[in-house]
Amino acid sequence: MSAYSAPERVLTFALGGEMFAIDAQCVREILEVPSITRVPGAMGFANGLINVRGAIVPLADLAVAFGMAGAIGVTGAGHGEDTRVIVIEAEVGGEPSTIGILADKVHDVAAMEGMSIEDAPTVGMRWRADFIRGITRRNGQFVILPDLDLILADSLAQAAKVSAAA
Amino acid sequence: MSQDDPIAAFRVEAGDLLEQVEHALLDLMGDPGNRDLIDEVFRGLHTLKGSGAMFGFDGLAGFTHHCETAFDRVRKGLARATQGLIGVVLSARDHMQALIDAGDAASPALVQAGEAILAALHQAVREGEDGAGDGAVAAVEKGWRLRFKLPAGAMANGTNPLPLLDELRELGEARITPHWEDLPALDQMVPTQCYVWWDVELLGDIAREDIEDVFIFVIDDMELSITPMQDEPIAVAESEAEPVAASAAKAVPTATESVRVAAERLDELMNRVGELVIAQSRLAQIAATNGAINALTLRAVSEDIERLSAELRDTTMAMRMMPVANLFGRFRRLVHDLARETGKSIELVTEGEATEVDKTVIERLADPMIHLIRNSCDHGLESADERVAAGKPAVGRLTLSARQAGGEVLIAISDDGRGINRARVRQKAEAQGLIAPGAVLSDNDLFQLIFAPGFSTAAAITNLSGRGVGMDVVKRSIETLRGTIDIASTEGGGSTMTLHLPLTLAIVECMLVRVGDGRYAIPLSAVEECLELPAMEVAATNKRNFLDIRGELVPYVRLRDSFATDHPADLFQKVVIVGLGRARVGLVVDQIIGNTQTVIKSLSRLHAGIGSFSGATILGDGEVALILDVANLVAAAQKNQRAVADRAGEAA
Repeated sequence: MSAYSAPERVLTFALGGEMFAIDAQCVREILEVPSITRVPGAMGFANGLINVRGAIVPLADLAVAFGMAGAIGVTGAGHGEDTRVIVIEAEVGGEPSTIGILADKVHDVAAMEGMSIEDAPTVGMRWRADFIRGITRRNGQFVILPDLDLILADSLAQAAKVSAAA
Repeated sequence: MSQDDPIAAFRVEAGDLLEQVEHALLDLMGDPGNRDLIDEVFRGLHTLKGSGAMFGFDGLAGFTHHCETAFDRVRKGLARATQGLIGVVLSARDHMQALIDAGDAASPALVQAGEAILAALHQAVREGEDGAGDGAVAAVEKGWRLRFKLPAGAMANGTNPLPLLDELRELGEARITPHWEDLPALDQMVPTQCYVWWDVELLGDIAREDIEDVFIFVIDDMELSITPMQDEPIAVAESEAEPVAASAAKAVPTATESVRVAAERLDELMNRVGELVIAQSRLAQIAATNGAINALTLRAVSEDIERLSAELRDTTMAMRMMPVANLFGRFRRLVHDLARETGKSIELVTEGEATEVDKTVIERLADPMIHLIRNSCDHGLESADERVAAGKPAVGRLTLSARQAGGEVLIAISDDGRGINRARVRQKAEAQGLIAPGAVLSDNDLFQLIFAPGFSTAAAITNLSGRGVGMDVVKRSIETLRGTIDIASTEGGGSTMTLHLPLTLAIVECMLVRVGDGRYAIPLSAVEECLELPAMEVAATNKRNFLDIRGELVPYVRLRDSFATDHPADLFQKVVIVGLGRARVGLVVDQIIGNTQTVIKSLSRLHAGIGSFSGATILGDGEVALILDVANLVAAAQKNQRAVADRAGEAA
């Protein structure tokens, strides 16, 4: 069992051939991919901006954060018919922020009740284990619960490092 | 202000009250006998006590009660408002702020600091009552402050603390405060042990030996501290500064902002919103029409909405405007404290306080202005002796003035001090390699050198100024407000720093350009001219990125390279020359699209560190465009230019 207390309901989505799940509480809306403005010089993880009804929202690609093979970044050309932007509320550097994340396909909202969450194995992982809160199983498939707060904090720290070096 | 949280409402109100009290106190310093001011302080404290108790801030109410009592005596003519008393009440004001910020969670350190202030307060009141000294701190009555703790076994050995206290009373007027903090729970108490310890203020001309004689039988085992009273108020002020500053810093991020808006401005806004609702329902009606839509009716509604949105914009912008009095008010206390720290007498004069500036500008101006004021008080103004020797009035004068000129607001900080030493600035700049030896510079160019990073006239650093924030930081923060700083100075006659600031920050006229497949906005105020990139430059490599513009060499940056776009370049590239102060830089773009009004939105924390962009905006077609940070681009180009020059120098 993981020490992390599971959210009641999660939104599941596919990305880079894997299944992810995030707390449904923090999801604000799901949009078709709007036109994306590239931010030159920004980290690959969140190098785009989108207009969400008058608010300018950064767009992030979890595939880049996890270093998945074939990660194209938010402004890559490979967005398919099912690609969506999930708009979430998260804390970035202690401030509540709205952020868009890309998903190859959004599945459904699922109840977590009765599902067991395991810690990410420390060996045999292709990705950074600390970015994963836990792994669960659903319909015979592994579902990854990413630690969005940590991923955002990490990318903020990296961005600060880059700008300090510049 | 959120009405549903009474505590938050109280905090806002208390903040206003404290500000009012502080202002009155500072006025009172200059005019100690003014009854209106004394009444104002008393009323402010009284209201604070009352509403503090109502909202459960019991610690605050209790503390404020003592200050109120003190001022009540002043009001009734029983005591006088001495400088010492005002000083103590000012530090008490800071303590009240700390208590409000801390809420229920007042730390023991805070409580202790409060007790120290109260002790100083009582003493200050007594001073005023005696009327002995002419308000001077030096005339504090003689006396001793004792703190003693008997050894645990003292009572078992036959020592009775009560006769000791009686003996102290015989020596002079004694104010005795017992401390019960160490008292254990009843079931753990040993009846023969003494858990109580005492603070005693002993007034009168008493020899230290006499006090020690009182404790002669127990003095070897007990804890006893005897301090003369004169030292105390100063010590209080110093020990006080730390916790208050710390808790204030803690409170800042959580404080919710609120703005006071004139009711008529709000009414105006409401009217516009009403009209907008009507226009919207007309639009809905047209949209619901079956069949062909009448272009004329639609156009009429569209024009209405256009007019309304323009008016709404203006009204909303007007609500963001705040008089600079809000800003200047904060500096009165600063100047008062600075005067005390430096031992100079400084008079603060403010002019044009009604001038209105955008709220954001006011907030972001506070820090750079504090720095400039510190500089003026510390380096600019001379000590009283020097001033008299130079034939100037002993009291230094610091003037803050504000006025509007066109689309700009000018805020000037001037002092009548010694002025900037040109020779020293030049010497320093030459030593640091900022200018060539013997270079001919205008005054303004010379003074601008002060803003170079790392530039300081080393002799001038004291613990007042030079606390890590350099003048380059001041300049940068003014530039992020899209403002500039001018310096004028006459040696021996004083200096004036003038901040040129735009009226508002939220809406900016921008030039829209295209680089590769991305569109970017450049603030129009920075654009000087546009020209086509000369054919011979198009193919040029990075070796020499200079344009010859009417005899002046202007460095340029290829934004296509900076932004790493792989979109094919346009055949005829354009150069937008942007200027900032006296520096000019060319930005090579693919296409100039045109001018546009942009509403600036700040970038999220994820992108705030990039530097090339000051914000983003949404274009008419709903796409996001980034706004270039001209100051940053110019600085980067200059750095680059220097690096190129260095390389050239090494090669030669």
